[in-house]
Amino acid sequence: MSGEATKPVDKSILWGGGRSPFSVSYGKMMMWFFLVSDALTFSGLLVAYGLTRHAESEPWTIGEQAFNAFPGIDASLPLAYVAMMTFILIVSSVTMVLSVEAGHRNDHKGVAKWLGLTIIGGFFFLGSQAWEWNHFIHGGGGAFQVNEEMSVTGTDPDGEAMSLTLSTGDRVHFEHHYGNELYEVLHHNSGPATEASIHGSHDSGHGDAHGAEGELSAMTMDELGAPGTLIINKYVEDEMHVEGPEALKLWNSRVENSFVFGANMHENEYGPQSYANFFFFITGFHGFHVFSGVLINIIVFLMVIKGVFKRRGHYEMVEKVGLYWHFVDLVWVFVFTFFYLI
Amino acid sequence: MERDDLIVNDQYSMDAHHSEEAGKKIRKKIWIVTLILTVITAFEVALGVFFKRADTYTWESIKITFIILTLVKAAYIVMSFMHLGDERKNLRNIILVPYAIFAIYLIFIGLTEGIFTETIRGLFR
Repeated sequence: MSGEATKPVDKSILWGGGRSPFSVSYGKMMMWFFLVSDALTFSGLLVAYGLTRHAESEPWTIGEQAFNAFPGIDASLPLAYVAMMTFILIVSSVTMVLSVEAGHRNDHKGVAKWLGLTIIGGFFFLGSQAWEWNHFIHGGGGAFQVNEEMSVTGTDPDGEAMSLTLSTGDRVHFEHHYGNELYEVLHHNSGPATEASIHGSHDSGHGDAHGAEGELSAMTMDELGAPGTLIINKYVEDEMHVEGPEALKLWNSRVENSFVFGANMHENEYGPQSYANFFFFITGFHGFHVFSGVLINIIVFLMVIKGVFKRRGHYEMVEKVGLYWHFVDLVWVFVFTFFYLI
Repeated sequence: MERDDLIVNDQYSMDAHHSEEAGKKIRKKIWIVTLILTVITAFEVALGVFFKRADTYTWESIKITFIILTLVKAAYIVMSFMHLGDERKNLRNIILVPYAIFAIYLIFIGLTEGIFTETIRGLFR
């Protein structure tokens, strides 16, 4: 599309040498140079992530396990939401390229329409990312680590019996919904009553002694009598579901204070801490790029509406911000692969 | 060899224009690329969901498939959406070649170092 020129150029806008290297304008070339440097920044971050991941011996966070929620749907839909986010970003890239194409035909209305849709797509992506972070921070079911080597029996997802040998520090996940109540008990009622009620039976009468705290603990104990379904996923094996007395045995042999619910810069329910740290940094850095991209798009959109480029006779500015916007999409393609898929 | 950094007949790519008909063709190409990117993404998600992570050759080859498909998507975005495929060859090269050399080296050295670190930690555990 570029390279086909139709209009003689005013010498004053040419580069110092009286010609334009590579037949591109100064602005477009500098945008490319900026994008190369930005690409190197992201490469550095992603390679640092890869290095950390290869240096880690604990099983890495599994994308399908950590990101399986969808707003408004109470079922496990692995990767569905993030796939939708990716699709939104790809579509907003498409509307951007259509806007550039309309610019090449001097189709003023077309440029404004497609650029406007691109901005809406950008906002949708940012909102989705906010929800994704919210879900990741607030956690799924919670997880804890076991403090001794033990053999556990349970069922595989098809209901067949299976057993697994866990080693010290292996992570056991609670199925969805349990995390909230356990978190309440362990983090907001950390007195001795909580310890007793978690380890013992809820008929032991401690509820009388500790009032409301005891009640809350007893309520949770009802659940804990058969602590829901525990999921063990040693990543080299299929996942195993554990229920009943086996689950209680696991819970009671957890490393003290190892129960984690959600992820932040200090703890990560879904696996090694460095996953959470890199997740927040790299998706955050990318999200900031999207945010600034949306702002720049809005500025150019207003310029289009005011007819600045119509008077100028060409829409090269749309092409330049388009390059930046496509770059943001490009980075997401890699983030998606390395954080969610692999 | 003819230099390709000259502006022929004082013409300049900033004012790149095309006709209504050329536009139709280009738009068709854009929608085809959109379809390709969407199908690849859907395929990747399906692979990730249906195959369990096991330390076997299956999962290893799926991982490599993910990386190849990601590079295919990246190539479509850069060459088609960012129009790098339509730019002069030399511009394409000064953008892609230095980046590729640096990135490949960085990936090589980063992953080598990571695997080495894990091995050493294993020895002293």
